[in-house]
Amino acid sequence: MLTPLWLTLKVALLATLFAGATGVALGWWMARRRFPGHAVVDAVLVLPMVLPPTVLGYYLIVLVGRNGVIGQWLDRWFGITLLFTWEGAVLAAAVVSLPLIYKAARAAFEETDHRFAQAARTLGAGEWEVFLRISLPLALRGIGAGLALTFARAMGEFGATLMIAGNLPGRTQTLSVAVYAAVQAGDDRLALTLTLVISAVCIVLLVLANRLLQARH
Amino acid sequence: MLDVHIRLTLQSPERSFAVDAAFRSDAHRTALLGPSGSGKSTVLQAMAGLLPGVQGQVRVDGQTLLDSARGIDLPARARGVGFVFQDYALFPHLTVHENLCFGVQRLGRAPDPEATARVEALMAQFDIEALRRAYPRHLSGGQRQRVALARALATAPRLLLLDEPLSALDTALRIRLRAELAQMLARVQVPTLLVTHDPQDVEALAQSVVRLDAGRVVAG
Repeated sequence: MLTPLWLTLKVALLATLFAGATGVALGWWMARRRFPGHAVVDAVLVLPMVLPPTVLGYYLIVLVGRNGVIGQWLDRWFGITLLFTWEGAVLAAAVVSLPLIYKAARAAFEETDHRFAQAARTLGAGEWEVFLRISLPLALRGIGAGLALTFARAMGEFGATLMIAGNLPGRTQTLSVAVYAAVQAGDDRLALTLTLVISAVCIVLLVLANRLLQARH
Repeated sequence: MLDVHIRLTLQSPERSFAVDAAFRSDAHRTALLGPSGSGKSTVLQAMAGLLPGVQGQVRVDGQTLLDSARGIDLPARARGVGFVFQDYALFPHLTVHENLCFGVQRLGRAPDPEATARVEALMAQFDIEALRRAYPRHLSGGQRQRVALARALATAPRLLLLDEPLSALDTALRIRLRAELAQMLARVQVPTLLVTHDPQDVEALAQSVVRLDAGRVVAG
């Protein structure tokens, strides 16, 4: 039982890291800029939240599979294969949970009064400095709450993970996949234990996210 | 010596508003007076480099900050203009001392001793030393005003701009802070331009007045 738990935590943590960096950057960009196609880009970024996980998994196979556009390139230049590896599970979890941190970060940046950024500019700050010393710290609570949700979502990821990384016990079998396997095998005891573990962790994360959001006001 | 000509058109879905305001002033403290919606805050923001698409020129003591005919348009960070925002815009996540230091400590660079000394002198001058570690949300209206003014002066600007410094206050506080602000500005060596809709502010705070209406300077 511990192997899938550690694997899940490792996958969720790395996925949160990748999704977090990408989502915060995209959220900042989309909050500041208006350009033709802005609404379309926003829709594409939120798409993983509404697409069936199998469709998302299929997209990822097409892209990063051995014959995929990105997959071929990764294999040739870095010798990296994502199909049926835990790294593939990280990718699946990161893509699925990206909308959560993107939306949270964008909202947090949009809520920040733009006069603080303007005040910083009149005090001699360049755009990077405005981001690092003003925008990011002021949006931090919203981003923190978004990261907690991102982590919870990454922990619970099932569909796309199963399609990309498969169900290899000890290698790619995360908690949610292990629950599925246990039920299929008729091992109700194991399924129940795993279910309780993942539920408890998710409750803790949701409480944490709520705390962060409330403390803002 | 201030030589300003600001031309720009603000477009929003509801309306289009054209500003074409030119004025000069040799006074140490000048007021830009006009009713709300006359474009006076827009002129101030344009002078500070905070608005895109501004045409015209801004010269302060012979230094050109903007001259669209010659293709000069310094970004806000390079204009050396101290700006006091309408409700002060003190950084809520930084203490009073950190707010004052923001403009003199650049990211990743050692603080300049001269600037650090200037911050300390301003803290003493504006009587905010006791508030050094306080956050803006714990300050009174008068304290906020002093901190905002000190922060704007900490970078040793060539021009100080104040946007409706008293408008957010109720009448009683307004009278008290107007007197306080007059005292503080009297000690400031930097040329100052302040925006207001209240003739009483002009009388108490400025030596010269420019009247603005519907985006244009009017006589009288």
